[in-house]
Parts: sequence; structure tokens; C-alpha cells
Amino acid sequence: MSTVTLTPTQVPELYLEADNITPDHFAGKSAEEIAALNVYMGNATYKLGDYFDVEGEAAETAEETKIVVKGDVSRVKYIGMKMSAGEVIVESPADMYMGAWMLGGKMTVNGDVDAFAGLGMTGGELTINGNAGDYLGAAYRGDWRGMQGGTIRVSGDAGSDIGTFMRGGTIIVGGNVDVHVGTHQEGGTIIVKGDAKTRVGGQMVKGEIYVFGDIEVMMPGFQQREDVEIEVDGESGSFALFEGDMGERHPTRKGVTTFGKLYMKY
Amino acid sequence: MAEYLIKNGYVYDPILGINGDKHDVAIKDGKMVDASAVKNAKVIDANGMTVMAGGVDIHAHIAGPKLNIGRNFRPEDKLFNAKPGQGIKHMVAGHSVPTTFKFGYIYANMGYGFAMEAAMPPLYARHTHEEIRDTPIIDEAALPVFGNNWFVLEYLKNHEIENTAAYIAWILRATKGFGIKNVNPGGTEAWAWGMNCSSIHDNVPYFDITPAEIVTGLIEANEYLGLPHSMHVHGNQLGEPGNYKTTLETLALAKGYKPNSKFGRDQVLHQTHLQFHSYGGDSYSSKSFESKSKEVADYINKQDNITFDLGVVTLDDTTTMTADGPFEQHLSHMNHLKWANTDVELETAAGVVPFQYRKNTFIAVAQWAVGLELALYAKDPMKCFLTTDAPNAGPLWRYPRVIKWLMSEQARNEVLDDAKYGEKVRDRCYIGELDREISLYELAAMTRAGTAKALGLGNMFGSLRPGMEGDVVVYPYSPESENPEDIEYAFGNAKYFIKGGEMIINDGEIVSNGNKRTFWVDCKVNENAQVQHDIEEKFKRYYTVGLNNYDVNEKTFLPNPHRIEVDATQ
Repeated sequence: MSTVTLTPTQVPELYLEADNITPDHFAGKSAEEIAALNVYMGNATYKLGDYFDVEGEAAETAEETKIVVKGDVSRVKYIGMKMSAGEVIVESPADMYMGAWMLGGKMTVNGDVDAFAGLGMTGGELTINGNAGDYLGAAYRGDWRGMQGGTIRVSGDAGSDIGTFMRGGTIIVGGNVDVHVGTHQEGGTIIVKGDAKTRVGGQMVKGEIYVFGDIEVMMPGFQQREDVEIEVDGESGSFALFEGDMGERHPTRKGVTTFGKLYMKY
Repeated sequence: MAEYLIKNGYVYDPILGINGDKHDVAIKDGKMVDASAVKNAKVIDANGMTVMAGGVDIHAHIAGPKLNIGRNFRPEDKLFNAKPGQGIKHMVAGHSVPTTFKFGYIYANMGYGFAMEAAMPPLYARHTHEEIRDTPIIDEAALPVFGNNWFVLEYLKNHEIENTAAYIAWILRATKGFGIKNVNPGGTEAWAWGMNCSSIHDNVPYFDITPAEIVTGLIEANEYLGLPHSMHVHGNQLGEPGNYKTTLETLALAKGYKPNSKFGRDQVLHQTHLQFHSYGGDSYSSKSFESKSKEVADYINKQDNITFDLGVVTLDDTTTMTADGPFEQHLSHMNHLKWANTDVELETAAGVVPFQYRKNTFIAVAQWAVGLELALYAKDPMKCFLTTDAPNAGPLWRYPRVIKWLMSEQARNEVLDDAKYGEKVRDRCYIGELDREISLYELAAMTRAGTAKALGLGNMFGSLRPGMEGDVVVYPYSPESENPEDIEYAFGNAKYFIKGGEMIINDGEIVSNGNKRTFWVDCKVNENAQVQHDIEEKFKRYYTVGLNNYDVNEKTFLPNPHRIEVDATQ
């Protein structure tokens, strides 16, 4: 695997949009060619090399390319956007849209990220060793096609509206989450190891939500069914199973009616 | 103004009877002229390419509040497709509900010179004209909707044709409209009561009138006024399996009516997006649903006073929008996506729902087949027009792909072979039996000569005859090509496009925003104290706006109006 190291040389005046920082765009390019890729700020276009020192060179393919971003990128958006393979490691906090629309590969951020991380993701692994902002693994504004595959793992807390319109894949939050979890969820799994506030699973049709801690206010559209002993992300325990959202449609296939499933750990 | 001489192209013009002959085409002072009449013309070499008059679109949703609702509630429609402005081009974005500028550029690239916005709620005419104003290049007009308007329902209940006509003339002038659109007659008003009209003989609640009476009444009012275009109807039960019976009944209402128009049209009824109205069976499943395109087309082939457009499904992700409010509610309950619904006071309603016509479902491909079959069964291309009811059955920029399907059996078979339920579609529809391929000559009728005639604009558009508007398009397509993909490329990428004598596209690049005009019909009628009183009374009683805030001022809203005058005083 070839490694490209990016070191920020200056803090952008506004916010930098760097959707070219992906193994897919870097593949087959030398350091000079990578430095010549575009980044955007406001309505102006700059070169990646204007804001980063580029060391090393990329492999021929995205699979064999690893990108390490060292230094402060808390004002850089869209790193790893639409990446399909390879690896990206960000060694600091980062701004919005980390790993958005990711198709495959691995991305790790060692720090907090702002909103929209893993937005509309369809594959790959996104690991955030820190806290995540709002709309983690959600759908783009207006879209009903949210996260469809892959795994997002957040070691700390996450904000509100995580997994909105989720259709597949897994979101695991080690800490607490804010309001609106899995709104309109139609598949996939959300695991919250800490506490959740309100509106968990609102308008949920399908899929699973596991909450290890407390839910401050339960949605009225969920009904308690039974207690189950299950293993969730390597931890076994006894959970209360709720089904909902009863205010939504309940598709029936081959005689089985589907509900969203909400598990609360005892 | 520059003179142009387009040489060596294969010319198609059904009005002049030119069928692919190499012919020189000349433009001078914004009009078509004989090739001998130009002296210092800029010569365009169209060798190996197809030359036609500018296209005329009879039915598309391209301006107005529905579009803006679609834009507002579908931000994802613009995801990843925005392009910054370049040269004289404004920035553009949008897939099924693009920006106004993009609409203008799409039409230019397809070589279209005139388009009809198919449904304008009169109350929101100002907004519609603002969008039309911001759509560059293409000449446009808009059809106000009348089929659920309280004035019309009340007058027609007592068969007061003269009053209906006077009111229509007033609306056309107030809203700068072009003609009479009739969407789900009675059904949209019934929707305000939570109901719909499921046949042409259903009573509209409160008004005690039937869709059949609305259709015939509006035909009579239209011919009383002698408008350029005929009554333009989207019948009851759109999209419902088994609706072809209602469609045939609606079409039969035109029986016995003759056009009264100085504008050269032959029809008294234009049936729009017929594809959505030609279904058999009683559900969308492949066990029940069947195409009735042949039955419907056979009927129309025998009539000389009906025209129709197709509304071909393009198998895309798109946005449906119609004044057929109850249908949109029905659709949103089928696909569980977002739904917008509006009631337009005394006039109409509207709904908007995103929709995906998926290739891997039976019903979407069957709908696709029905639309194409109608064109392939139609005997007279001067009565059958190409549309996708954009964006309802497919985005506007898909016209070139529809042309490919119409012109190539191979391209149709590729879709069917590729589709998961292709064999079932061949079984339930007629598409598999049809080997007809539309010729370029027929296509010129279906996309310009016929549409221009049906809109009453045959004296301006649709032909290269000297005296016509100087709208000429050169498509980079050789009639000898055997690759269907060439068709799709060429009809979406005009090589040269001259509009009103001005070069809009030069060597494939848009070089001018043209001199866009808005057409409207100014119809003079006798003074009608009754109607004047009713208008004032209804505005005082029911409307949320006053009369002075309703009128679309020509000077303010139509920077470049083209007024068509009609005298209906008797």
C-alpha cells in the first residue's frame, strides 16, 4: 500500500471543500499531480497544494492507496466523499461531510467531526474516534435514500437526527445521542450505547434501534412486545423489545407484518 | 440582422413535403426566405446532417408554482448536477425540476423554438410569467386551467356558453394566457370535498354538473371564441388501470363539433399525455394490467377533430406535478414518498410527488410500452405529438431518447430484453408486435409541423416555408446512420440552432440567450354585464386577493410579449 501524507500549511479563511481528498482521486498520481487537484472555498477554486504539503505518491489503484491527513482540518469539509476503496486517516478533528456517500474502503478520523458524517453512505467503514455532529449517517436534505450500507462507529457522542431515512448498514454510537434517532428508518441498525433523548424511531417502518441506556421520552407510537436475550455488538444482555411506529404503514409480506424494532437494555 | 444560408443538409419539412432531400434553407430579417433572396449570408455547411424547422412543444410543465414546489421540496434533485455559469450561460442545476435557465438551454440543445406551459393556475399567473421571463431563448405561452373553476362550473351547469366564453376571454387577458386547459374535469373540485370523479358522468359535489358537461361546454366556448388552440384536456381517471373506457367516452364527446378558428387547426379536442389514459385491467399487477393503446389509437385514427400527445414514460427518477390533486394523493400513498398538495381557491388545485419509474418493475416498463405504442399505431403524425408530459412521465431532456425509441425497433427491444419483466410486458402490451419505425419525416410532423398546427401557430412555426419565423435547427445526424445511439445524441445536441433569425447554437455551443417572447391570446368579446358583475362579486366574496392584484400587467411581467388577437364579437 502506498501512502500519501497531507499536512495543512495554513488555516483556510472560510471553509475548504476538499472532495478530491479520496483514494479514488489520488490513485495513479504523483505528489505534484495531487497538489494540482482542485479545492474550493466560497465561489473560488484553489489547488490542494495551496493548503497542504503533499508527500509520497499514490498507488495505481484506489485499493492500494492510503491517505494520512496530519494537522488541523477542522475547517475542511468533504474529505473521503464518495470514496470507493483504500484508506483515509485524519489525525485531527474535521468539519462536515466526512466520508459522505462513501461506497467502500476505510476512513478513520481521530478527533471530533461536525455534521453529516457518513451521509448517504452505501458501503465501507467509517470510524470516528471522538464525537460526531448532527445528521450522522442520515439522508441528504430532501432525499429519502439515506444510509444504505457499511458501518459507522463513533466512540463518543453523536448529535441529533442520526440515521434519518436509513435503509441499511450499521451505526454504532459509543456515547449518548441527541433527539431524532432513525426517523423514517426503513432498514439497517442503529446501536446507541449511552442514553437517547426523545423521538427515537419516529415514523420508523423497518430496521432496528438498540439503546443501552435510557430513552428520556418514548415515542407514543411504540408498543412493548416481549423481553429478549440477545447479543448486540459483542455485548449480551436482556432487552425490552418495542415495535412501531404504529402511526406509519405496516407492509405485510408473505403473511408477516413488518414493524420497526426498538430494543431497550435493562 | 444577419442572413443565414444552410447548405447541403438533409431537409425534413412535412408542410413543404420535403422528405430528406438536400435543400438550401435561408433566413433573412428573422424570417425564412427563399434561398435566392439572401446575398451576404453566413453559410452553414450542414453536409451529412439533418435540417428541420425549430421544434414546437405542445405540452410540458416548465414554469409556474408547481415547478417551484418541486424545486423547493426536492433539494436532492439538484444533488451533484449543478454546473457553474460559463460564457453567456447562467449557472444551472436540477434533474427533473431544473432551474428556469436550464429549461431554456435544454430546449435550445434539442432545437425547440416554442413550448407551451401546460397548466397555469390563473391566481398564480404572475409567478408563472416571472418564471417564463427567466427562461431564456424559447418562446413560451401558458394555458390557464378551467375545468374546475367555479365560474365555469356555474355557467356550464346552465349551459351558458356565451358567459363561459366571456369569462374565459377575461381570464386570458387578465392572466396573459393562451387557451383552455381542462385537468380532471370536475374531479379536482371534488377533491376539495375529499372526493374525485371516477367517470365522466359522476356528479361534481355541490355544483351538480358532470365532467362530460364540462368537456363539451369548454369545447363549445372554445369554438365560440375561435381561439388558436382547441380545448386541451387531461381526462378523468388518469393513471388508473381500466381507464381507457373513460378515455374513449371523453374522446367521443368531441363528436359533431367542428373547429371555428382562423388559425388553421383541425381539432376541437386535444387529448394530452394519452399514455396515462390508455390502460386496461383492474390493477397494476402483470396478471391484470394490459395496454389498450391499440383500441384508443384506432378510435382516434378514425376521427378528424382530435389530436393527442403521448406522455412517454422514460424510466427515470422524476417529479410528478399536476392540477389533478386526487391523483397525486393516490400516488403518494403508492410510493410513500413526500407529497405536496395545494388548493387554489376558486380555480383549481395541484399536487406534487417524486416518482421513480423503475426498469425492474413490470408496471413502469408497461407504461413505457403504452406510450410508444400509441405513436406506432397512430396513422397521422400530424395528429400525434411527442411529449413526456415533462416532468411527469420523464424529464424534459429525455426527448432525444424517446425519439430513439420511436425511430428504432432495435432500441425498443434492448429495453425489453434488459428489463426484468420484459417478456411479461411483451405479453400484456402490444409493443412486441410493433416493428414500425418512425421516419424523420414523420418525426418532423410529431415535433414541429403537427404541434404548431394544433396550437394554431402553423403560420409561424413548424415549417421552413418562406415567411415563417426564422427557426431552424441542424442536428448532427445522418439519415444513413444505423446506430440508434446516434439518434439520441443528435437530437439532444443540436449543431446549429437559429431562432428568430438569431444564431443561438453555433457548432454545438450556446452563444446567445436569444430574444425570448411570451405569446398570449387577446380575445375581444361583447360587453357582458353579467360576467363582469360575477367577477367583481366573487372577488369581493371569496378571493384572497383583489382584482387589482390579480391582473398580469403586460408591461411589468411580459418584457417581450407577442399578442395574438382574436375577435369574437358578434
